[in-house]
Amino acid sequence: MCRYDEFDHAFVAERVDQFRGQVARRVAGDLSEDEFKPLRLMNGLYLQLHAYMLRVAIPYGTLSATQMRMLAHIARTYDRGYGHFTTRQNIQYNWPALADVPDILDDLASVEMHAIQTSGNCIRNTTADPLAGVAADEIEDPRVYAEIIRQWSTLHPEFSFLPRKFKIAVTGAPNDRAVTRGHDIGLRMHRDLQGNPSFEVMVGGGQGRTPILAKTIRNFLPVEHLLSYLEAILRVYNQLGRRDNIYKARIKILVQSEGEAAFAEQVEAEWQQIHNNAPGALDLPEAERNRIAAYFAPHGYADLPKQSPILDAALDTDPAFAAWVESNVQGHKQPGYAIATISLKPHGGIPGDASAGQMDAVADLAERYGFDEIRITYKQNLVLPDVPKADLHTVWQELVDLGLGTANAGRISDIIACPGLDYCNLANARSIPIAQRISERFTDLQREREIGDLSLNISGCINACAHHHVANIGILGVDKKGVEYYQITLGGVADENAAIGAVIGPAFEEHQIADAVETIVDVYLNERETDERFIETYQRVGPQPFKEKLYATD
Amino acid sequence: MPLIKHGTLVEDIWHETDDFADVQTLAPLGPVIVTLNVWRQHRAAILAYDGRLGLRLAPGQTPDLVAADLHHFELVELEFAKFTDGRAYSHARLLRERHGFKGELRAVGEVLRDQLSFMLRCGFDAFSLETDQQAEALLAAVDEFAHWYQPAPGTSGRLDHRSTIPALRQGAGNSTNRDTAGRAATWAY
Repeated sequence: MCRYDEFDHAFVAERVDQFRGQVARRVAGDLSEDEFKPLRLMNGLYLQLHAYMLRVAIPYGTLSATQMRMLAHIARTYDRGYGHFTTRQNIQYNWPALADVPDILDDLASVEMHAIQTSGNCIRNTTADPLAGVAADEIEDPRVYAEIIRQWSTLHPEFSFLPRKFKIAVTGAPNDRAVTRGHDIGLRMHRDLQGNPSFEVMVGGGQGRTPILAKTIRNFLPVEHLLSYLEAILRVYNQLGRRDNIYKARIKILVQSEGEAAFAEQVEAEWQQIHNNAPGALDLPEAERNRIAAYFAPHGYADLPKQSPILDAALDTDPAFAAWVESNVQGHKQPGYAIATISLKPHGGIPGDASAGQMDAVADLAERYGFDEIRITYKQNLVLPDVPKADLHTVWQELVDLGLGTANAGRISDIIACPGLDYCNLANARSIPIAQRISERFTDLQREREIGDLSLNISGCINACAHHHVANIGILGVDKKGVEYYQITLGGVADENAAIGAVIGPAFEEHQIADAVETIVDVYLNERETDERFIETYQRVGPQPFKEKLYATD
Repeated sequence: MPLIKHGTLVEDIWHETDDFADVQTLAPLGPVIVTLNVWRQHRAAILAYDGRLGLRLAPGQTPDLVAADLHHFELVELEFAKFTDGRAYSHARLLRERHGFKGELRAVGEVLRDQLSFMLRCGFDAFSLETDQQAEALLAAVDEFAHWYQPAPGTSGRLDHRSTIPALRQGAGNSTNRDTAGRAATWAY
């Protein structure tokens, strides 16, 4: 875990004091709402449909048990007893009172957390592979770089009033679990030709009304140049990004209009200038990288045998447990340990929501069956990253008692959904009830298992917060003359082979959408060849068979 | 209008115009700030006055456009048409760091208390304000943060002497040494 030092502590405390003053000036009427808005946004505070919403950063998706308990405390004390985990490794509270927010930020600061830059037109919370440090396919732990970017981007004086929001994701592994191509900047680690770790720099990805996958503008950026290169990209964007139209203000539009080669040249030229001007100015000294890397050093793992007889016996005798292991447990780089996903998608539940009691209980589990760590995933689930294989059965039984034992990670009911019209003032349609209805159709675990890996995401408006464009089955809520309709896209992919889905046909009414999803699944099961995943079948047969069944006139 | 320079309220001795005809009447009265357009069209005539000159740049005008002429100006004014338009932050850093501009760097337009810290860190040292109350509020915001993560451009007589957190970690804190080595030490992440 990364720890704040005295400087980080002082900085965050000053930030809370500053915001306390700003809230007081707003309440006193010295600040207009227009003037207050960017200030509260840069502290994670939105004004939603019914109330303020506070978005708290969970940098690179890593939490300690103590931090998780504080999130529970905040849910219990200042909210209605729950919180909502998002695709970008944040937690959102939907009902805080404005006057309480400085106190909430104080509480967060006491456990080395904050809500700085979780919204607003600035560099947002930097996300990373949720399996950082434990995945077997990793070159280096991406959290080291995400933490360096967190510090560098925090209240960056030059880049706090960008044309639009700016999101960065980092992965240290070839298998992309951080949707790097879906970000304004995606950083994916590779070894260069000499074998040194370096970053592939991808720019201009994003969802929204113009979904675009980020383009690679640098194949091998030496890690020591990371910050100066980011500074060059941001400086080009800050000066040239459009400010006249909010829908054309993201960097993806700039990259598109300039052309990726021309944009890359501009960045390269700016980067050269930065270097000529102050050689080495923003270089990351190895000592500093090592200092931060030490925070993420591997845990003191026990020397365990690869196989666990206790686990094997439980798998043989408890089929429900075996099903959970199959979907929710992944291999760990350390023999004898496993990575366990805690699904926040109970059938019929609200995707990503956790109660204060559940958060406390997960914190306990992380302490008892891990190294005091919890991860937050892109899929809005939690992860216990270091469970000894012999303890998996016990952990699962406790999760089941907590309502957290659903065996559906990566399956069709593991739905990503935005808050939608139930909370959000941007939404055109509800997302949560649609997610609940669809997941209720797939409560039969045997059937879900038969369907296999399939991503289904639901956004309540064109802003695409639930990333429906990169889901195998994407659902977008639209409003047609006051009636909620749902448009379906097929073929999206969020991993290292990222792809944007295509609209399959006319939108469906609310009461038809769950049936439509079942039809899509039926076509897939009919068409698939041995062991083919949904996306593989779709890529092989194309949209036609799905179209025919979905829009059959009988 | 009230003006804060190097942390204190001072009298503004500069005259500002976007019309060349005014330059002829204003120049004898004291230092004049001209817009980029006026400068481009009447460069030779303005230089002939041999007075103290300032330049005003609009939000979309990068200082790169006048890099070769910057030595003629004692002052550059960067305009914040809206406080949410952050282009001038980049322009300020380019002026200080790339073009080595040592004169007064003045923020005008929507210059608000809550943006002051960012402006200081980017190299602004003067702030033109609408009212005296605004000026007081602005001065109160200077010390909200003791230190920053990012380096600030070095300028003579600059207001912002706060060290970076990375530099403090390396034990190179409180560096007022602005030579290259000192700067590298302060800047090093």
